[in-house]
Amino acid sequence: MSLILVFVDNDRGSFSPTGPEALTPAQSLADHLGARLEVATVGEAGRTALEQLGLPGHVVSHPILSDYAPEAYGEALAQLADHVGASVMMAAGDDRGAEVMAHAATVLDRPLVANVTEIVTAEETGATWEMMRTRWGGSLAEKTRLRSSRKLLTIAPHTFPAPGPGANPPRPADIFPPELPEHLARTRVVERIRLTEGLTLATAPVVVSGGRGVGSAENFAILEELAELLGGVVGCSRVATNNGWRPHSDQVGQTGTRIAPDLYIACGISGAVQHWVGCMASQQILAINTDPEAPLVTKADYAVIGDLHEVLAAVIAEIRAGKP
Amino acid sequence: MNILVCVKRVPAPGARIVLTDDGQDIDTRHLGFTTSPHEECAVEAAVQLTEKHGGSVTVLTLGPPEAVEQLRYSVSVGAHRVVLAPAPTTEWDPEATAAALVEAIGQLESDSPFDLILFGNESADSGGYQVGIRVARALGRPVINGLKGIEINGGEMVGRRETEEGYEVYRLPLPAVAGAKEGITLPRYPTLPGRLKSRRATIEETPVHLTPGAQEMVRLLNPVEEQTETIILGHGAEAAPGVVRLLEKVGLL
Repeated sequence: MSLILVFVDNDRGSFSPTGPEALTPAQSLADHLGARLEVATVGEAGRTALEQLGLPGHVVSHPILSDYAPEAYGEALAQLADHVGASVMMAAGDDRGAEVMAHAATVLDRPLVANVTEIVTAEETGATWEMMRTRWGGSLAEKTRLRSSRKLLTIAPHTFPAPGPGANPPRPADIFPPELPEHLARTRVVERIRLTEGLTLATAPVVVSGGRGVGSAENFAILEELAELLGGVVGCSRVATNNGWRPHSDQVGQTGTRIAPDLYIACGISGAVQHWVGCMASQQILAINTDPEAPLVTKADYAVIGDLHEVLAAVIAEIRAGKP
Repeated sequence: MNILVCVKRVPAPGARIVLTDDGQDIDTRHLGFTTSPHEECAVEAAVQLTEKHGGSVTVLTLGPPEAVEQLRYSVSVGAHRVVLAPAPTTEWDPEATAAALVEAIGQLESDSPFDLILFGNESADSGGYQVGIRVARALGRPVINGLKGIEINGGEMVGRRETEEGYEVYRLPLPAVAGAKEGITLPRYPTLPGRLKSRRATIEETPVHLTPGAQEMVRLLNPVEEQTETIILGHGAEAAPGVVRLLEKVGLL
């Protein structure tokens, strides 16, 4: 019986938000192939979370693995894959999943297919598979063919729902002690710097975002004012970052932050694909633009055609007038 | 402080990516090209490090002959030496890319290793998230991805990586490899003297072997997009009441 091994990363005991998503396509694949599904996490801190999944599990444990250390994680998972005889290994394609799987693939000398969204044909684990994966941060799809007796994949984040809690009754996990050379501790986290912040782009219920149409750093003041009134934060497009109007930490998009607020208010943003992939998960999008043909206007749920400065000033006045 | 930055030439698409009829490539007839954004920032980070610590920045690209455009741009923003590893086709899988880059780096490092090799965290187009890691492991050097900050302190590279709560700090002994993310620093614009210098710059060439890997692109497809009926709330200031009603409906007021 072939074996599918899923790596779910934990950070000091907690799974990443997207980490368990890889279990959903892995379970479907296991059912389809009649394969066994096993899960792994690194470090004893992750044991409780792993055991709650209720699947045959392995806690990879070694003194070097006391904190995130991608080289050592990859080496250790490659050893586990060999130890259990995994013919398929999967993880979420988030920052750590992608990084650890790239290390594991290199150690195992195998290809790695990144950001898979669908496994199209997989008749048996050793055969050639066809899969769909994302390019351009999700703006483009690629059908890809993988020829390898052992397959390593990352799953595109936000493609599959994570299994619900309590899908299986909890069960105790094994411990797997890898053999790791001392020098692999060289890429371990040595320090954490906590920034005291309230809302962030990733968590705010509303993001008021500005692009080329805003025109200057000073002109963002009115976006700040609206964001504060609504209990949200300010975002921006790449143009605003490149012009030095806003810090990169405000940037929404393929190379910035991907957001999913209740409402995204896009002011003076035309909407190149790299921006769209960063905001498309928003519940509702309101575009404010002078150009009714701007791509973001045509893709938005709501639009106001006009100068963003005029529109925002009127909206703020209306809100203030309505407040007792 | 000698730094190598590996960059990729990619198209600069607009609001929609148009594919060729056979789905084998992006239709680039009406598109410009650029350096993949994470890598453009990596070049800037490297130039800043040599401005502070001395040394030189070499930029290497595996790509078509037209990629000299991106190499010349690198010179215009401060790179000292630029190298093209010519590629016969436009599609190679990540293993093939890494193997070709290791070969090119071997030729460039005949005297001594680069103190630091920078990659982008992932390329803007194919996005395999692995080439830098494969190269580093082949060279036996430490590697960390996703850096939003980089400094050199004695024989160490100190890297900062963004997390949901702040930053993680890593200290890697040199020589090391790192993947940069956009935002690590803000790229400068080329100056006029920089542009003139870039026109005169010598483009070195390093032949490499590109052997097809185990992952093969079958075709590209535009993802199915939901058709949205946009509700126009109004024009200019008169739209304000409609916007406020929307804000109330979403529960923000």
